[in-house]
Amino acid sequence: METHGLQEILSGHRFFADLDPALCALVAGCGRNVRFEAGDYLFHEGEPADRFFLLRHGRVAFEVTAPGRGPLRFLTVGEGEVVGVSWLVPPYRWNYDAKALETIRAIALDAKCLRDKCEADHHLGYELMKRFVPELVRRLHATRLQMFDVYGQHG
Amino acid sequence: MAEPVAVGDPMLPKVAEVVARRRELADTWTIELVTEAQGLLAFRPGQFNMLYAFGVGEAAISVSGDPAGADRLIHTIRDVGKVSAALAGLKPGARLGVRGPFGSAWPVEAAVGQDVVVMAGGLGLAPLRPALYRLLAERQRFGRIALLYGTRSPSDILYAKELARWRAQLDLQLEVTVDHAGTDWHGHVGVVTSLLPRVVFDPARTVALLCGPEVMMRFGALALQDLGVAPGAIHLSLERHMKCALGHCGRCQFGSQFVCKDGPVASFAKVGRLLTIKEL
Repeated sequence: METHGLQEILSGHRFFADLDPALCALVAGCGRNVRFEAGDYLFHEGEPADRFFLLRHGRVAFEVTAPGRGPLRFLTVGEGEVVGVSWLVPPYRWNYDAKALETIRAIALDAKCLRDKCEADHHLGYELMKRFVPELVRRLHATRLQMFDVYGQHG
Repeated sequence: MAEPVAVGDPMLPKVAEVVARRRELADTWTIELVTEAQGLLAFRPGQFNMLYAFGVGEAAISVSGDPAGADRLIHTIRDVGKVSAALAGLKPGARLGVRGPFGSAWPVEAAVGQDVVVMAGGLGLAPLRPALYRLLAERQRFGRIALLYGTRSPSDILYAKELARWRAQLDLQLEVTVDHAGTDWHGHVGVVTSLLPRVVFDPARTVALLCGPEVMMRFGALALQDLGVAPGAIHLSLERHMKCALGHCGRCQFGSQFVCKDGPVASFAKVGRLLTIKEL
């Protein structure tokens, strides 16, 4: 029952839009609904990246802490977006903190469960790759622009 | 309406006096000027003046005030070099030379009946502000209006009070993002193009106005184009070092065009390819 409900939510989520219903059911089998309150951490840097999140409501901030500077916020994501890509590649470890800025409703997907299903069904793996690679490229590109410090003084 | 252009000898500066000066950011000031010289006060959004700090030099600075019935010239200046430091440092009572207005304008009239996406980066909000004044003054003539503003950090947000006032306006979609922030910032963090999914507009009937660092404008224009906005409906404000502002000296040559005379505002259809040529 819960899986069926999750499948419906997943198919309506921007990230899994147009995913074949059979594959969507496979993904839903690894998921569960989660909720965080403002100020909660979805995960911390250094912890095992054993799941990722599809945001249904609320915003999450990504932060790294620099000595003497405190936490630095480098990205915020919101409804329809994905939190966490480190689960895709070894050593499956988070590289930053993810903090809820407001009440979060999300679907948490178990990383190992999904990786195992992708190993068993490469079609599912390919569909996931088609969704995650553009996201990774977008974030890489955005990070590059942030590193350029385009708004700084370059006169 | 006739396009405001410099009257008299366009190479001869007219004298203006600073009547107000306020700090916008750590390195950025707004000065307000009055002048009795004819033709200086009328401008179209997007145009610029050549401001002359006597004995130091001249720099092209966009007009950032309200074009409607302005009785003073308003310029926001970032202290990035000798001339801009001298201009930004002028206090009330000081005099300076002004030539202008020069250059092309934001196509506000062409946007009538269309949705308008204004994308500003850093100090790029200053040349766009006159267009925003115009859009908001005649709000009913346009479709949806979205202002997307990206800057370096929360302490680098230009015209913060004005943005807060506009945010309270229910018929303007306003989104602000910064490249990085501390935990006391509760707004968006990320590049300005990441704001696009947060606003509603019809790409097929949208006019976009972009101003900011050239890298930002290039990628902003491409992101808009990817969403379906026609390259001819995307307008950028270019920046190059200028000297004469009349297209004579060639200092601001940009391909076959001169930014001072043919720009600074140009469509992405016209200049998009040129922006990728490193030598320009």
